[in-house]
Amino acid sequence: MQSPTIEICNLTKKYGDFTAVDNLTLSIGKGEVFGLLGPNGAGKSTTILMLMGLTEPTSGTVQVCGLNPVSQPIEVKRRVGYLPEDVGFYDDLTGPENLIYTARLNAIPDKDAEERAFRLLERVGLDGEINKKVGKYSRGMRQRLGLADVLIKNPEVIILDEPTLGIDPSGIRDFLGLIVSLSREEGITVLFSSHHLHQVQQVCDRVGIFVKGRLLAQGDITSLARQLFAESEEQNGREYGLEDIYYRYFEGGERNEDNSDSA
Amino acid sequence: MKITAIQHRFLTRGYWEEQLRRIVPELRNLCSAYRKSGATPGVFRSMVLKEVSDHIRSWRVVILMGLILLTCIGSLYTSLTAIGNAGSTGNNDDLFFFLHLFTLSDGSLPPFFVFIGFLGPLLGISLGFDAVNSEQNRGTLSRLLAQPIPRDYVINTKFVAALLVISLLFFVLSFAVIGAGLVALGVPPTPSEFMRILSFTLLSIVYVALWLNLSVFFSVRFRQPATSALAGIAVWLFFTVFYPLIANLLIKAATPSPYASGRTIYLFERFRFLLMQAMPNELYSQATSTLLVPSVRSLGPLTMEQMEGAIPGPLPLGQSLLLVWPQLTGLIALTFLCFILSYLAFMRREIRSR
Repeated sequence: MQSPTIEICNLTKKYGDFTAVDNLTLSIGKGEVFGLLGPNGAGKSTTILMLMGLTEPTSGTVQVCGLNPVSQPIEVKRRVGYLPEDVGFYDDLTGPENLIYTARLNAIPDKDAEERAFRLLERVGLDGEINKKVGKYSRGMRQRLGLADVLIKNPEVIILDEPTLGIDPSGIRDFLGLIVSLSREEGITVLFSSHHLHQVQQVCDRVGIFVKGRLLAQGDITSLARQLFAESEEQNGREYGLEDIYYRYFEGGERNEDNSDSA
Repeated sequence: MKITAIQHRFLTRGYWEEQLRRIVPELRNLCSAYRKSGATPGVFRSMVLKEVSDHIRSWRVVILMGLILLTCIGSLYTSLTAIGNAGSTGNNDDLFFFLHLFTLSDGSLPPFFVFIGFLGPLLGISLGFDAVNSEQNRGTLSRLLAQPIPRDYVINTKFVAALLVISLLFFVLSFAVIGAGLVALGVPPTPSEFMRILSFTLLSIVYVALWLNLSVFFSVRFRQPATSALAGIAVWLFFTVFYPLIANLLIKAATPSPYASGRTIYLFERFRFLLMQAMPNELYSQATSTLLVPSVRSLGPLTMEQMEGAIPGPLPLGQSLLLVWPQLTGLIALTFLCFILSYLAFMRREIRSR
């Protein structure tokens, strides 16, 4: 079997007394779309920061593409595209200009960069907005530009932190479809963090449920569902099972989302 | 001016050659180690270029340039009228007629170098106060740091870009003043005058870089650009308005009676000198006035023995530079200190999106 693209082993991150990520062990294979599902403040973003080498783990190890983000952050960043939550661009530049600047930071020659920028803008459906300053972009357009920005460096892995925040339902469908097709066509590994069960279900091959810094369960959707029901039956009446957590954290938000989806 | 043994060591060429031979290979090793850390060479350049173009396009810089250009024209005008009125005084400084353009004034406006001392901090603060925090507030910082660049590139390029803009501005101004002087006076500057003007320009750049670094530090430290701008302006006001007040109070309290021993008076004068030198603007004005007025022969208190046998006359440039060496190194050291502070604060921070 191929060695996994992302390998996390006993990863812990503490801020003073507060444990943001608690003993996380996880591996994601090449070309896989993995969903990190969890409520706000579960430690998803912190985990992602550690994967990118943007913050150091308190203990445990991380390997991304066989590299250690703590000691080789630049090499990791060359291979990994990261779309931060609520991404920002230089408002006084146009979309292509922003992308070309990112390409320059990745030492891509300007000629290739230009060509690639326009191709990606077409791909994410922004080819009609080429001369518009990013300051005038809507939230959804910015998010799509963010995806193009991540892709311009030809990454092996892309990490998306809550990428669908602020996009309308039909936009979300397009966005998610784009991610899936990218992963299938170019073999890009995708780590997708979200608190929407529904979206994760739509695109991810495997899902990890992440609550309060702990990975409670992982697996593909069917096995996860089986796991959820089985455990909750076993633990019925004694303490909160996974299903309760699932309902408590996701169902409330999800119902509204479903309604708007069907409307 | 007496040259001590230590100062003499610095003056010999052999000393500098030896130092250079020692430092250059070390620097080269450091650079190659840095390059091997993974960054690609062209990246730094394109980041600097982007920062410079941001500066040049921004209204802020346009306003500041306009302001400084106006003061430059104003003080040039007053110095030209003053030169016309004064005529020849038979003074030693007349040998350095051209420098009057920078120092002389008819009283309606302060001369050019005083203006720069006053406006320079404002220029530095306004170029740096939102360097890092605005990137963070726009959400571009986390995206930037996700690219394969060393983290310190972000802060280094901010500094280099602002420094380039400042250098360009000051060199243009100095040369414009020289040009205007050529036209108005019809006298070309002597080589030594030209060198003095160049050193004055370089000194002004260092002085503005100090304030620039201070405001970059505040921009790392404070999340809101308004707060960091205010912090920078507060420091500036403190040193231009309040510190002299406090220093004067202390000096008044410590003034010895006129009948005190010579040693007490000498010590008091030293104390006063040191107290005033804690101000960066005082360092700058001492250094500039020495560079632009060649007849300034000393900055601190002198005893009668030191004055004995001195022939009043202008100093050559080398001696003037030697005289302001402490001020110059002080300014550079302060600049580095601010840079190191902001560097440390930035490198140790965890960057979250927005």
